[in-house]
Amino acid sequence: MEFLQPPTWREALEARAAHPDALPIWGGTDVMVELNFARKRPPALLDLTRVSELSRWDVEDGGVRIGAGVSYTRVIDELGDRLPGLAMASRTVGSPQIRNRGTIGGNLGSSSPAGDALPPLFATGAFVDVASARGERRVPVEEFVVGPKRNALADDELIAGVWLPLRAGSAQQFAKVGTRNAMVIAVCSFALDVSDGRVGTCIGSAGPTPIRAREAEAFAEGLDSWSEDAGREFGDLVAMAASPIDDVRGTAAYRRHALSVLARRTLKWALCG
Amino acid sequence: MSTLTEVANGIGVSVRRPDGIPKVKGEFAYSSDMWADGMLWGATLRSPHPRARVLGIEIAAALAVPGVHAVLTHADVPGRKTYGLEHHDQPVLAFDEVRYQGEPVAVVAADHPETARYAASKIEVAYEELEPLVDPEYALSDESPRLHPGGNLLRHVYIEHGPEPGEADVVVSGEYEVGMQDQAFLGPESGLAIPAEDGGVDLFIATQWLHVDRDQVAACLDLPIDKVRFTLAGVGGAFGGREDVSMQAHACLLALHTGRPVKMVYGREESFFGHVHRHPARMRYEHAATRDGKLAWIRARILLDGGAYASSSGAVVSNAASFALGPYEVPSARIDSYVVYTDNPPCGAMRGFGAVQTCFAHEAQMDKLAAALELDPVELRRRNAMTTGTSMPTGAPINCPAPVEELLRSVAERPLPEGDSGVPGGIANVTRGEGVVRGVGYAIGFKNVGFSEGFDDYSTARVRISEVRGEPLVEVHTAACEVGQGLVTVMAQIARTELNVENVLVLPADTQVGSAGSSSASRQTHMTGGAVQAACVAVREEWERLGAIGAGIEATREYHHRPTAALDARGQGDAHVTFAFAAHRAVVDVDVELGLVRVVEIATAQDVGKALNPLAVEGQIEGGIAQGLGLALMEEIQVVDGLVRNASFTDYLIPTILDMPPVELDVLELGDPDSPYGLRGIGEPPTISSTPAVVAAVRAATGRELRRVPLKPDDMIGLCGS
Repeated sequence: MEFLQPPTWREALEARAAHPDALPIWGGTDVMVELNFARKRPPALLDLTRVSELSRWDVEDGGVRIGAGVSYTRVIDELGDRLPGLAMASRTVGSPQIRNRGTIGGNLGSSSPAGDALPPLFATGAFVDVASARGERRVPVEEFVVGPKRNALADDELIAGVWLPLRAGSAQQFAKVGTRNAMVIAVCSFALDVSDGRVGTCIGSAGPTPIRAREAEAFAEGLDSWSEDAGREFGDLVAMAASPIDDVRGTAAYRRHALSVLARRTLKWALCG
Repeated sequence: MSTLTEVANGIGVSVRRPDGIPKVKGEFAYSSDMWADGMLWGATLRSPHPRARVLGIEIAAALAVPGVHAVLTHADVPGRKTYGLEHHDQPVLAFDEVRYQGEPVAVVAADHPETARYAASKIEVAYEELEPLVDPEYALSDESPRLHPGGNLLRHVYIEHGPEPGEADVVVSGEYEVGMQDQAFLGPESGLAIPAEDGGVDLFIATQWLHVDRDQVAACLDLPIDKVRFTLAGVGGAFGGREDVSMQAHACLLALHTGRPVKMVYGREESFFGHVHRHPARMRYEHAATRDGKLAWIRARILLDGGAYASSSGAVVSNAASFALGPYEVPSARIDSYVVYTDNPPCGAMRGFGAVQTCFAHEAQMDKLAAALELDPVELRRRNAMTTGTSMPTGAPINCPAPVEELLRSVAERPLPEGDSGVPGGIANVTRGEGVVRGVGYAIGFKNVGFSEGFDDYSTARVRISEVRGEPLVEVHTAACEVGQGLVTVMAQIARTELNVENVLVLPADTQVGSAGSSSASRQTHMTGGAVQAACVAVREEWERLGAIGAGIEATREYHHRPTAALDARGQGDAHVTFAFAAHRAVVDVDVELGLVRVVEIATAQDVGKALNPLAVEGQIEGGIAQGLGLALMEEIQVVDGLVRNASFTDYLIPTILDMPPVELDVLELGDPDSPYGLRGIGEPPTISSTPAVVAAVRAATGRELRRVPLKPDDMIGLCGS
């Protein structure tokens, strides 16, 4: 297996173009598992850890742009005030060691429906910056993730980063169900972003991709204030939007039920503080 | 004697274990860390099918892979083709049929582990797939196909205790299930085999019992036992999962075949297929009592799934029967305990050994009975508490302290915790208190220490004292396996106390000294501790007679526990050496809308006879509780149609430190009349009643019956009509 370690972003994009089969790697928390289990045998690994600009985040264009190589730990420590939903989700990722290594870019690259960072990105309406030697494009995250572990990245493209809008007065929540109190893959999760006149939602780990619950969003946007009945209705609409299956981590029926509970609770927290 | 002052770091002191800091720093040499010049790496080809006929094995393509030195099949096993702890029913390498997913079919040695694995994938095995027999109830019936020549019933133990059950004021019944728990030790199966010039082989291996491994492997290799020498390598946990042979014979075969050292290390996924698991159980109970809360009789039917091979199923099913009633005074009982062969993964020893399954059921029944009688569950248990002299259902009276009432009182009278250490779900932010209900539950259990039913599981110790630069040095040599329980520390403490010499060296465990028996059944400190004590006493007496150490004094002694007897056809006999008791109170917070649990606190009381090392006692108790909590809430190997669905730590969940509550501990030292220093084995009781205590607490919080562990969120919120 060839090991490519470009020192600059330009060289990384050139390497990617020259080696379309190369598997990009940063923290390796997903990639190394795949390699160790022999589920993937790419001819080359493209290590991006030397590309320093990928580890930066900046406030720009009314939002926060996070480089693909920013770790979960840094999101928690450095962006918790600006992006509370993403920080809450980052806290639930793996163990401290995994949060130190794993990156938002890696979560996007894996495009797993159970990726903990994805629901907050969907709920907020984030955009993924992808780049190749041909140029750059900004893709809505909902169009970026196209299926279970599949995304819209072309053979010669790399994830440069992700941009999330900052909205005044935004109340963000993230809640995740796992059968252990830490270090667990989501049975299901729910992200919520409520700002003036806009409600964004996303269901995690209960469908082939993260799913926005559009009807629930429209319902919540029409609410004047919190009530238990409204919370239940919102929960039911979120549960209906899910597309869960029975698997080794939980049943479809439980996922649907749990999502209705998470949706109801998080809406109350977002609306009532 | 060297000094009149009391020696430092003898028994009763919390001496720090020598392997503690190296393990925390990642410097401890585990069996997977070994290296030899010129060594090859072994890999195993396993059956993808739970049941199939092996029609042919074609190894040419694998042999042709550059770097491959050997590809071996059953045809290359020179001696006995099968092994096993109780019955030699398990093939070293499959020859006619495979009977579980993951059964070894061929082994490869190559100059790189990747090459070995790649070559294994090039072996072509022609299988004729057969319908796997996966339902233990069906396996027991006459209609099912016979998986082994003797039929599917591995063992049936029937216990007839007291008069025939009759009418009673109150009768409660229930059906209970226990899922397949894994020992989940962190150090995967591994070892290094080195061919010797005498035609024999040396194996450095992580195991629980060197001699029984060696005897089985020598028979398979067709070598005399003196040419098969085993040395203990660093063990990363055991819990019963290393009682059976895994890669021992494979590594030795490859080393003898290639003339090169061969190392084998299982990966995590492979490890789930490399050892036996805890028997899944289906249990049906009826408890009858008088109106004033005295047990009248109990009927129990227990069915254990033994999986593909016998392992220690015969002893497990017998233990399940012996301890089916719990530590209670029961005038009458009828117990049927069965274990059957299926095409599921083989099951065998795991911490608690049959008593775990039945304790979950009998404690659920006691709570049910208490509810029917409108009695406090602790009060019902106290009214029926066993004491010294109470007859076991197997006939013999309890011969040691049986502080059932005292243990119950200890956990019940402890103040309940206030506040919480976090909500269910932890940092995953699922609740701010919504839906959270607190529950409290109690359970008590007991178990035999040591091997039962007439087995003479002695231990041997060789102790030598010499003078090194004018100072006495004691060397302790046994074959007893340190599996993480702290035996090395305790052996040195015993030698210091007995010989009043501080400088004690515990030599590596190997088969150059007599058998120590197994590091299991909570027996090793009792048995090998007894042997070390006896050898030290012999050395001391000789030292006193001679008045000087001279060129050195050495003594080897065996320690035997009192003899026990087999069970007769009615399940009667003085089958057990001695018993260990513990009680638990669990306090839990349950999110009753989401079915998520946070255990707030576990209070426990356990009689340890005599704490040789109080800190080690505490460690064993806390670790055992973690394993019991795991069975209650999350640990299960999910098997569907004979196929394991979660062979990884991603989906086989064990408790993290954030799942473990504070443990409030009451250690009683009541002294066993018939053991060294009065000590009593401590390893298993923490695991036995912690599970039912947690479940009882969740029942109290949810109001649901919860008849199966591990609990699932669906059951806790009633999605499946539990």
